[in-house]
Amino acid sequence: MADKHIDEISGVETTGHEWDGIRELNNPMPRWWVWTFYATIVWAVGYTILYPAWPLVNEATRGVLNYSTRAELAGELEGARIAQGGIMEKISKVSLEEILADPQLAQFATAGGASAFRVNCVQCHGTGAAGGQGYPNLNDDEWLWGGDINAIYQTIAHGIRDSVDPDTRISEMPAFMDILQPEEVRQVAAYVVSLSGTPRDASMVEPGKQLYADNCASCHGENGEGMRDFGAPNLADAIWLKVEGEAGIAQQIQAPRHGVMPAWNARLSNETVKQLAVYVHSLGGGE
Amino acid sequence: MALLDKHKFVERNATLLLVGSLFVVSIGGIVEIVPLFYLENTIEKVEGMRPYSPLELAGRNIYIREGCYVCHSQMIRPFRDEVERYGHYSLAAESMYDHPFQWGSKRTGPDLARVGDRYSNEWHVQHLIEPRSVVPESVMPSYAFLKETPLEVTNVAMELQANRTVGVPYSDEMLENAEADLKAQADPNADTSGVSERYPKAKIGDFDGNAAELTEMDALVAYLQMLGTLVDFSTYDDAAGYR
Repeated sequence: MADKHIDEISGVETTGHEWDGIRELNNPMPRWWVWTFYATIVWAVGYTILYPAWPLVNEATRGVLNYSTRAELAGELEGARIAQGGIMEKISKVSLEEILADPQLAQFATAGGASAFRVNCVQCHGTGAAGGQGYPNLNDDEWLWGGDINAIYQTIAHGIRDSVDPDTRISEMPAFMDILQPEEVRQVAAYVVSLSGTPRDASMVEPGKQLYADNCASCHGENGEGMRDFGAPNLADAIWLKVEGEAGIAQQIQAPRHGVMPAWNARLSNETVKQLAVYVHSLGGGE
Repeated sequence: MALLDKHKFVERNATLLLVGSLFVVSIGGIVEIVPLFYLENTIEKVEGMRPYSPLELAGRNIYIREGCYVCHSQMIRPFRDEVERYGHYSLAAESMYDHPFQWGSKRTGPDLARVGDRYSNEWHVQHLIEPRSVVPESVMPSYAFLKETPLEVTNVAMELQANRTVGVPYSDEMLENAEADLKAQADPNADTSGVSERYPKAKIGDFDGNAAELTEMDALVAYLQMLGTLVDFSTYDDAAGYR
């Protein structure tokens, strides 16, 4: 340290060390850099005092400001609730009919339901709620389990064939491959197609009609009008949820597919489920 | 600058230099290593977490093998937009049995931390076979081959054992029944009381729509269907978990 030496060529001080006549220039860091560096150290010390930082035996230090991301989130959610001006509280308290009757509540619930629908429901029922093969269209007035506001609420809250919810809607069409002969299945399928006004060979339809009355009418109704208590679809209209064409119907008779909808009250708040019910009810087919 | 003046003395005394270096390095080491021994205190106290069932673990291996984590995260951050979309933010406790964790770093697809119970099994199978048939704007590749690939069931117990070695509390009973549990969970006709008892809340039944065969699709869907469903949030104290 004491051995000061100035390099002759550059005029810069050296570190004072010498290796075989070679010396190292001691170019200091620029002042602004050094001070910035010191400032970051001071900042870091201040930060660890103010904010959660040091991991200790039982928990990390919480910092003087007692800041927590999770607490901040809770505050934000609370703030959003307050900004809604008590409407959510009202929705959670009053009945679904009262929501529909109150224009302000209905408008709020429809908008809230629409946004919840886009997050949670479109994956199956489609962006425009038009459904798809195996996933019902919610825009029409054909309802499997009922289309009044309470029935819709029940379906959304408890789901259909949910594996956990005890109040879920359950029905299971038996697989008729063990009950009917393949020829008989084809006859029933022909009859079912004829129900919606498509002419079919009478030699198929007539025996099919008898088989239908014996095996199917108890759930799907004598004239194929369906039965909502069992979620049994109407077979006399042109709306087909799972299959298309006579061959598809025959297959469904032999080994039916059973749609599943999750129970949403396990995941969403009751207010959200109510809003969803109002939204779905508003889509066009609400009763 | 008294110590700096002793520079030459320290440098020329090898033992002293060694002891001095060791002292300095150990400070760094202690600061970085010791907190790891108290990591437990960062994990929230929750009800309901259990190790993965053998079938779920097999599905998880497929998830990792296929690189699902490249496009899907499993980490709902504590932000309003995320909790409104995906549900309660992820807790440390929810990935404590993950080796390695699947938090991910990029979302090309949505977060999957709470995808369990959100769709039907049938939806998952259809979506994995042809994603665009249910989500028209999806860019996800098709994983149809999973349904055609029989699930390899060798070394199930060793898989569990490996996890136990790194701290997952698999019991001896779980190890003994590993292979049987794996098969029973996806078999609607099997006696599944053992699976339900050892792995509460495990989804049971045929997952891929083909009860005759145990495929990789069964395992993956079983895994997806349990994601984020274990913790009982009705008994969870949010405020105690503030971090």
